[in-house]
Amino acid sequence: MTPSRPQFTPEQQAEVRRLQGLYPDPQGALLPVLHLAQDVFGYISEEVEEYVAGLFGLAPAHVHEVVTFYTMYFREPKGRHIVSVCHNLSCHLAGAPGILDHLRRRLGIEPGGTTDDGRVTLLAVECLCACEMAPMLQVDDRYEGNLTPETVDRLIDQLQ
Amino acid sequence: MSQSAAEPIEPILTRNFGRPDSHTLTAYRETGGYTGWAKALALEPAAITDAVKRSNLRGLGGAGFPTGTKWSFVPKGHAGPIYLVINADEGEPGTVKDRYLLERDPHALIEGMLIAARAIGSRLAFVYVRGEYVAPWRRFSAAVREAYDAGYLGRGLDVVVHRGAGAYICGEETGLISSLEGRKGWPKLKPPFPAIKGAFGAPTIVNNVETICQVPHIVNRGPEWFAALGTQTQGGTRLYSVSGRVRRSGVYEASVGVTLRQLIYEHAGGVTGNGRLKAVVPGGASAAILRADEIDVTMDVDGLRNAGTMAGSAGVIVMDETVSIPDALRVVARFYAHESCGQCTPCRETTGWIYRMTERIVEGRGRKEDLDTILDVARRGTGTTICAFYDGAVGPYISYIEKFRAEFEALIPHA
Ligand SMILES: Cc1cc2nc3c(=O)[nH]c(=O)nc-3n(C[C@H](O)[C@H](O)[C@H](O)COP(=O)(O)O)c2cc1C
Ligand code: FES
Repeated sequence: MTPSRPQFTPEQQAEVRRLQGLYPDPQGALLPVLHLAQDVFGYISEEVEEYVAGLFGLAPAHVHEVVTFYTMYFREPKGRHIVSVCHNLSCHLAGAPGILDHLRRRLGIEPGGTTDDGRVTLLAVECLCACEMAPMLQVDDRYEGNLTPETVDRLIDQLQ
Repeated sequence: MSQSAAEPIEPILTRNFGRPDSHTLTAYRETGGYTGWAKALALEPAAITDAVKRSNLRGLGGAGFPTGTKWSFVPKGHAGPIYLVINADEGEPGTVKDRYLLERDPHALIEGMLIAARAIGSRLAFVYVRGEYVAPWRRFSAAVREAYDAGYLGRGLDVVVHRGAGAYICGEETGLISSLEGRKGWPKLKPPFPAIKGAFGAPTIVNNVETICQVPHIVNRGPEWFAALGTQTQGGTRLYSVSGRVRRSGVYEASVGVTLRQLIYEHAGGVTGNGRLKAVVPGGASAAILRADEIDVTMDVDGLRNAGTMAGSAGVIVMDETVSIPDALRVVARFYAHESCGQCTPCRETTGWIYRMTERIVEGRGRKEDLDTILDVARRGTGTTICAFYDGAVGPYISYIEKFRAEFEALIPHA
């Protein structure tokens, strides 16, 4: 949950300064710092955008423009786990529509939705560049390929 | 061609892929790692660039531009910083090879970067890894730490590993630069080209992961050796990502002069589905599609250009006769509609429009004029945008319809 006024710990602030120091212009660290902010606060709310903007001396509107441009920043609370099913061509040819349908039924949500218990957010995404293991999905940091409804069930069962 | 492409060649980029510890410095050194760098240290920067020119190495990220020539565009005697940027934002549908290199041979990339940085006079390099590649990013970052500890990095070259955040357009080199600068990934108008004015306003060379992984071998074994592995106009081997309806999908290393037929039937073991080839995309989703009777082509940049398509990222997507081409185009059109960055009007407006047309065609609600509208709209937009994204989308729009028109018409009521 995002507290009303987001604030990094002193260690996290030091990490921000380290990241900013890696680039010829500190603004280069904006994407990495937004990754950090999402890890810490769960998602990028408007308050987090304003806080991050303050760390860079940027307009909040600039940070908002960046956050909304990229698919990996969430602007609303997400599930504890993200399951992203690739629906691009190679996965499509290997049965991605069936995998997605299976997950829709199993989780009772549409892509973009989160289960009521907050366990899983389901996404349909473009090519994750693991087409050799199509059909595939990403669960949090991990790629899982050569999926069948059975392996998908097992993956979902393992998520807390 | 200086060597028959049919002959299996000695693995170069993949030589260590079979070793479980291939990503470690120890394993890399045991197989001759960092000896190219040792040789490069004895060469003048201009001599390195000259060797890369003579090797006929061409960029393996998509555009196929001669690498040594690109390096020579950096202004001579430039006083300020010069940056080397590695494009590890792999996103072209059908392409998986840079992920393999980052995970299985990260030190080859670091060694190549050391040599390239010496050639262009760079002391700071960035590696832009696509955000979803978490495991490859960790693997590569660990190798960078090893290289610092061993003293390869930090003595003339520093490397910053940067994570993207999900946007295909950041694979386009100027979109990548915008993103690296902490902005949305909008491509920039060229000229100025990045080699003159790139990241943070400084001369910048952007190269693909695989391109740079070739460099240590060129320095080590000589440009003539490398050139002889390929065709008259392009040297070396490259990694082909083969997926879709084939028996053995995967990454295969072969000469740039290998034929598409060999890749499909020899390397990937032939076609699945009903076993009969219908169509194949040779160079990632943005390459024009080829029919089954068009696969006796060599996979080098010029060979595929002469065949009316492109080598691109060497992502080969195979379709058997049971695949619906209109449905495949719908899936590809959805991708371009989703990924258009919205900067240029023709791309922003027509990628969505064309997707909606392909969708209604597949759903049996197509209109008689839709196919000609798609072709007309696609042609009008070609060459009018800031970057090559839109031209990449036009490749499939036009080729799928022109080569399989009857299949589209069969879906359209009263066509
Ligand atoms: C829409 C678009 C996407 C691209 N995606 C990639 C990519 O994911 N990886 C890559 O290396 N090059 C990509 N490129 C090509 C780059 O713009 C650039 O040509 C390349 O990184 C240069 O490196 P090279 O000369 O070593 O190939 C893309 C180009 C376009 C137009
Ligand atoms: S199409 Fe799914 S990973 Fe490439």
